[in-house]
Amino acid sequence: MSTTTPPITPPSSPHSPSSSGGGGGEVNYINATKGIKSWMFTVDHKRIGLMYMVGVMSAYGLGGLFAILLRSELWNPEPSFIGGAEAGTTEAMNNAWDFYNQAFTLHGAVMVFLFIIPAIPAILGNMVLPIMLGAKDVAFPRLNLLSFYFWVLGGLFFVWVLSKGIINSFYPGMIEIWGPGGLETGWTFYTPYSTTTQNSAVVAATFGAFILGFSSILTGLNFIATVHMLRPKGMGWFQLPLFLWALYATAIIQILATPVLAITLLLLIAEKTLGVGIFNPALGGDAVLYQHFFWFYSHPAVYIMILPALGIISEVVSVHSRKSIFGYKFIAISSLAIAFLGFLVWGHHMFTSGQSALTNAVFSLITFFVAVPSAIKTFNWIATMYKGDIRITTPFIYILFTIGLFTIGGLTGLFLGCLSTDIHFHDTYFVVAHFHYVMMGSTLFAFLAGVYHWFPKMFGKMYNVFWSNLGGIIAFIGFQLAFFIQFIAGSQGMPRRYASYPEHFEFYHQVSTVGAYTMGAGMIIVLLTWIVALRTGKKAPANPWGGNTLEWHTTSPPPTANFHAEPTAEEPYDYSGWKYVSPEEGWVQRTPEEREAARQQLGTGH
Amino acid sequence: MHVLSTLAQIGSGNLGMPPQASTYAADIDWTYAFTFWSCTVAFVIIMVAMIWFIWKYRHRPGYVQQGAPAHSTSLELFWSIIPTIIFLVIFYYGFTGFVDMATVPDYAYEIRVKSRKWSWDFVYPNGAVSSHLVVPKDTPVRLVLSSDDVIHSLFIPAFRTKKDVVPGRFNWTWFQAIANAPIRTEGVSADDKLLDKELGLDYFDLYCTEYCGTNHSMMRARVYVREPSVFQEWVTKQADILGTMPPAEGGKYLYTAKGCKQCHTVDGGAGNGPTWKDMFGYKQPLVGGGSVLADENYIRESILNPGAKLHEGYSNIMSSMQGNITEDEITAIIEYMKTLSDKGPKPMEAWPDAAETPAAAVE
Repeated sequence: MSTTTPPITPPSSPHSPSSSGGGGGEVNYINATKGIKSWMFTVDHKRIGLMYMVGVMSAYGLGGLFAILLRSELWNPEPSFIGGAEAGTTEAMNNAWDFYNQAFTLHGAVMVFLFIIPAIPAILGNMVLPIMLGAKDVAFPRLNLLSFYFWVLGGLFFVWVLSKGIINSFYPGMIEIWGPGGLETGWTFYTPYSTTTQNSAVVAATFGAFILGFSSILTGLNFIATVHMLRPKGMGWFQLPLFLWALYATAIIQILATPVLAITLLLLIAEKTLGVGIFNPALGGDAVLYQHFFWFYSHPAVYIMILPALGIISEVVSVHSRKSIFGYKFIAISSLAIAFLGFLVWGHHMFTSGQSALTNAVFSLITFFVAVPSAIKTFNWIATMYKGDIRITTPFIYILFTIGLFTIGGLTGLFLGCLSTDIHFHDTYFVVAHFHYVMMGSTLFAFLAGVYHWFPKMFGKMYNVFWSNLGGIIAFIGFQLAFFIQFIAGSQGMPRRYASYPEHFEFYHQVSTVGAYTMGAGMIIVLLTWIVALRTGKKAPANPWGGNTLEWHTTSPPPTANFHAEPTAEEPYDYSGWKYVSPEEGWVQRTPEEREAARQQLGTGH
Repeated sequence: MHVLSTLAQIGSGNLGMPPQASTYAADIDWTYAFTFWSCTVAFVIIMVAMIWFIWKYRHRPGYVQQGAPAHSTSLELFWSIIPTIIFLVIFYYGFTGFVDMATVPDYAYEIRVKSRKWSWDFVYPNGAVSSHLVVPKDTPVRLVLSSDDVIHSLFIPAFRTKKDVVPGRFNWTWFQAIANAPIRTEGVSADDKLLDKELGLDYFDLYCTEYCGTNHSMMRARVYVREPSVFQEWVTKQADILGTMPPAEGGKYLYTAKGCKQCHTVDGGAGNGPTWKDMFGYKQPLVGGGSVLADENYIRESILNPGAKLHEGYSNIMSSMQGNITEDEITAIIEYMKTLSDKGPKPMEAWPDAAETPAAAVE
């Protein structure tokens, strides 16, 4: 339970949210206490969520900057952008390629460890999970703050590695003093490259990832305990909002898989610093063993990244279609099925590594089974829209993009699960395109949809719909430009992680680079709409979308204790109790008679 | 032009895949096409349904929402089972195709592939070595792969062949080439034309596809498909390639063929290793102080045991060439380095035994 005292507010009934609103004279979690200490030592899950938001979005900006840099370098086959000035000399070329290798490594590492994994659970999960449960906070509020500081500490290791690299490139003399900086192993840290490279930053970076793992584990632990212990009376497992099912399944993966990554990275550090032979054949180790350990975590980690996104799709599709989610149980159970099967497919990253044909066949088969629950979810979302009363709002538009990108990402995964075609596509741009569609396209757009969905609740402000939609549309077009053509480049055989490439791939790369710039422009618009909304946005109503999960039953933004009076469990996707009044008032509760009438009218369809 | 050729490639029969130059390529492309069209149909169904529903059931004045069931077990089973069946069919074709790729014919011609940062050596049964892969047409070829340092991966898009090259173990793969590559006209520098005056410009690309450091993207080679008789002629000659040219010229050939070029320049330019320009006969500063005269023995030692006397300003990243280089080849490189140094003695004009022959004839 929360250790902070709920602020004393006039007891407004949770069932008359029209009487309340954000800002103004209302006391809410943002203005309840003031001063930097009230944030740094807060145990309020909402404030922790906001602090994560600042940190994680900064990491996203950094990762995005690297993406722009590396796409610029790939504009033409020769070193073109960095260090290419003294063109032609071996030194200039090596510098350019080292720079490119560091840029793609840090792009990947920052995006995976600091952005995608924490984005939805740590920001939106922290923000709404306890409120959706009608709880005052997560089960272990102090642990929640600790996991935030673990995230910060882990992030600092990456900032350190990065700054060393930048400073070294300006003052090469510093290399003599503190060794090389930057990181050029790829975010996967494959051995024996990572343990034999002269670059000492490998230890700092892997240790950073190790610490970030603890942040992830503690958040997962907290969410599991919260979902188990703090559900309100009357909320059985099958009244749990689907976003929470998704976060719950994610949390299970986090606490089961992340320790394996921690062990693997420790073994890597042991080999690198103590010379213990584990992965390096020259020391008697096995190079492929590392890949098994690494993917035993990192494949489930793919589902840590995507499952929360799928949860957001389920929420947003249902609320904005004004219709109960279709096939609730199938969606809920498919989250658990994905979490379970996700542990059994790691070998599909190693079809070309020389593992036995039988092993390959088994992993390929299980990989196809993990595709089934994803297909089920997609069909259920479409069926939810059938006979809905669809409001084409900003979150809904972003969710349509998400569904489109997830469908392409999921379907192209079939080419990679399929043994004979994967041999050709493995480690080409086809794979790059595929995982960007799934991890970046789907997760990022779902995250943005989630932010736009809960923005009024989080900040009590509304945003400019036109610019928010425009930013999303530009980012979506940029994304398609940047990545769709990479499927074609990949099928032509363009290998990934190439600083330089044969000339006949130039066209694909230039289209892709234009797409990356376009997407960057769209993302800047999106971020600006948030900032402008925070400063000058209109006051948000308590329930701008007519959602029925419990966070819409409290004020926007909520008080520190989340509710003014203890809420009771609701059927999360029954919208008959709400009617739309006006943009300022949002949706308000119907009287029981009105609600009965609405049910009667909808009941005719049965 | 690029746009047109790209569209032409995508529109051509094999959906953007490279030319089919191996026996199993067609089967893989068939599986690819089957999966592609299944996915396209699924994608169109999903998108059309989604957009249609959004249009038809959009909120608008006068629209009254009708009720609809929140679940339907039979419908949900239907769209669980149908995709599962399609997935299993794709798995089946992928699996059978893979079994073909994994089963080497007994009588395959064997080529050893040695790799290191950042070059390939292809070693043929008669001892011939080349830095580009030359294979006989219509003959099963088994590649036995090994790495001296980190993981590499051998990828020939036209053959649909890929296999990681893992240090500490042998991996293998096989293919049977059925077509030669078209002659390149674009994307070939003047340098390349000179290098391949004998092999020509009709080659397929071979890439390293496992990230291996600075010059990973330059760890490329060429694949030449030759009629078996032409191949036999080439491989016989290649086995004694040094014997066909003076030692210094042979050293120049090895400079490229052995991958020395990846790190050492011959014009004084910087690289990952010291330049060979004006190295022979000069004192070289060493890491940790002191210096050593770059004579025949220092160069020999540095090739076989690169870390023994490390040149100042460079790190110990070169793999030992022990086992990958013969005494004659070391001699040839030394002779070549002599030609690059103003302090170098005049290099041998011919191999010692060849030089003795005229003398013997005089006797």
